[in-house]
Amino acid sequence: MISQNLSAIFYLISGILFILALRGLSSPDTSRQGNYFGIAGMIIAVIVTFLSIGNFSNTFIYVLLLLLFGGTIGAFIAFRIPMTAMPELVAGFHSLVGLAAVFVAIAAFLNPEVFNLGFSGNIKLASLIEMSIGAAVGAITFSGSIIAFLKLRGIMSGAPITFFGQHYLNLFLGVGIFILIFYLCKTQSEDIFWTVIIISFLIGVLLIIPIGGADMPVVISMLNSYSGWAAAGIGFTLENTALIITGALVGSSGAILSYIMCRAMNRSFFSVILGGFGADNSQSDSKDKKDQKPVKSGNAEDAAFLMKNASSVIIVPGYGMAVAQAQHALREMVDKLKKNDIKVTYAIHPVAGRMPGHMNVLLAEANVPYDEVFELEDINNDFANSDVAFVIGANDVTNPIAKTDPKSPIFGMPVLDVEKCKSVLFVKRSLSPGYAGIDNELFYRDNTLMLFADAKKMTEDIVKNLD
Amino acid sequence: MEIDPFIFRLSIFILSIFVGYYVVWSVTPSLHTPLMSVTNAISSVIIVGAIIAALASTSENGFNSSSIFGFLAIVLAAVNIFGGFLVTQRMLQMYKKKKGKK
Repeated sequence: MISQNLSAIFYLISGILFILALRGLSSPDTSRQGNYFGIAGMIIAVIVTFLSIGNFSNTFIYVLLLLLFGGTIGAFIAFRIPMTAMPELVAGFHSLVGLAAVFVAIAAFLNPEVFNLGFSGNIKLASLIEMSIGAAVGAITFSGSIIAFLKLRGIMSGAPITFFGQHYLNLFLGVGIFILIFYLCKTQSEDIFWTVIIISFLIGVLLIIPIGGADMPVVISMLNSYSGWAAAGIGFTLENTALIITGALVGSSGAILSYIMCRAMNRSFFSVILGGFGADNSQSDSKDKKDQKPVKSGNAEDAAFLMKNASSVIIVPGYGMAVAQAQHALREMVDKLKKNDIKVTYAIHPVAGRMPGHMNVLLAEANVPYDEVFELEDINNDFANSDVAFVIGANDVTNPIAKTDPKSPIFGMPVLDVEKCKSVLFVKRSLSPGYAGIDNELFYRDNTLMLFADAKKMTEDIVKNLD
Repeated sequence: MEIDPFIFRLSIFILSIFVGYYVVWSVTPSLHTPLMSVTNAISSVIIVGAIIAALASTSENGFNSSSIFGFLAIVLAAVNIFGGFLVTQRMLQMYKKKKGKK
């Protein structure tokens, strides 16, 4: 058994290693090293916990076996998961952190003696507040992440679910939680503790169901943030520095990502949370217009011809590429183009895909070197000097209407200036509007050639035609 | 009057939020997905609480409800720790520079 002071120092060290783990991600070169720091921090925290309890009875063996059991499942998932499924994996993992926080809070509530928090029925006030906040945030993270997971997985429709009085209900339940925690502190009643947890589960569900598919990058970042705050709440209860530091890091990381995602959509955090974006947009309007305007459509041969005669091509990937799993075919196409001395770069909008950095991971999986992949602000000026923009699976993030029509729901959103290219190739299955429910003006431009097909199939056909 | 230890923990918490703020802004946008998976992995350090619940509560008279919740939380957190770090590693292995350059 090691002293409390010594273990506190070790927990601090593991907290610092976690900071270094995040720091490593500032560049791909240092990122792998950063991940090792994170692993080291985790190993230190776990070993120190074992040593400070000093209970190496049979139970210790059970704990090790459970660790291995969970670890095996985790490792199995990590190796088997396809990169396109990364958003739902992350959502699923968040739900586990949330539930673990709830369980630890329950354990602490039922048996406060072992955590030095007082006695059952007479828990220290501060600890009681901390653990109920930890449990409530954990429960919201859990059920919210489950809904996000189901939506991303396609088990549940990605369409926003709204009903009358939804926001008032949420508000009512949110206020209710605080009142219940107040009474919990006064009465130490077990029933109230359970009620707080159940209501929190309910809030998690209600919070995520009105949010639609393309707002998922914000939701995932937000749940990421919540899982951090839940951990921090538990950290205060257990008086554990490693947990407090980690909770704060994760909490602020998720919050920053949510902010970046909201900014990239030019929407306030609250309008995303309140949900229902594009759900009741006058769809009929856009359909009427569609019939009147001429659209140029082409086939793989035309596209191959255009690109072969270009000197620079910019690829704009979006969620459709992930759905069609077209990243490998795309890479093949780019290889052929490069052989013909055509300069090819990739332009990525921050909210392309279903989570922050989603497109970057898919391109990395297809062996695209990361120094050919550029963010919106770094490449947007290059469109004017390029010959072809190849838009594959993206839609709203290229819509020029965001710059011109103040009435449009996406007005003010930063978009990729693809229309400035000499010609635009737009791979899409149909003319249907994107997530925002608005027509993309780009389809009807003179320099746009629509390629109606599945992204993967079209790309493969283009590859054949490039020979 | 002595300072309540809670204040010290609060100080650590708030300073860590600031550290997190600056560190995360320096993360390159192309690594935002690995950032999420690694933050997910490190937040599973909550396993510390699960281990205490499981080990410390079972010392005298066998299992009780508190240790059962501890055991459950250990499994959940372990899935996350191994899954989170390994999937991050797998992703980071894929980020490569252009061949022949440097």
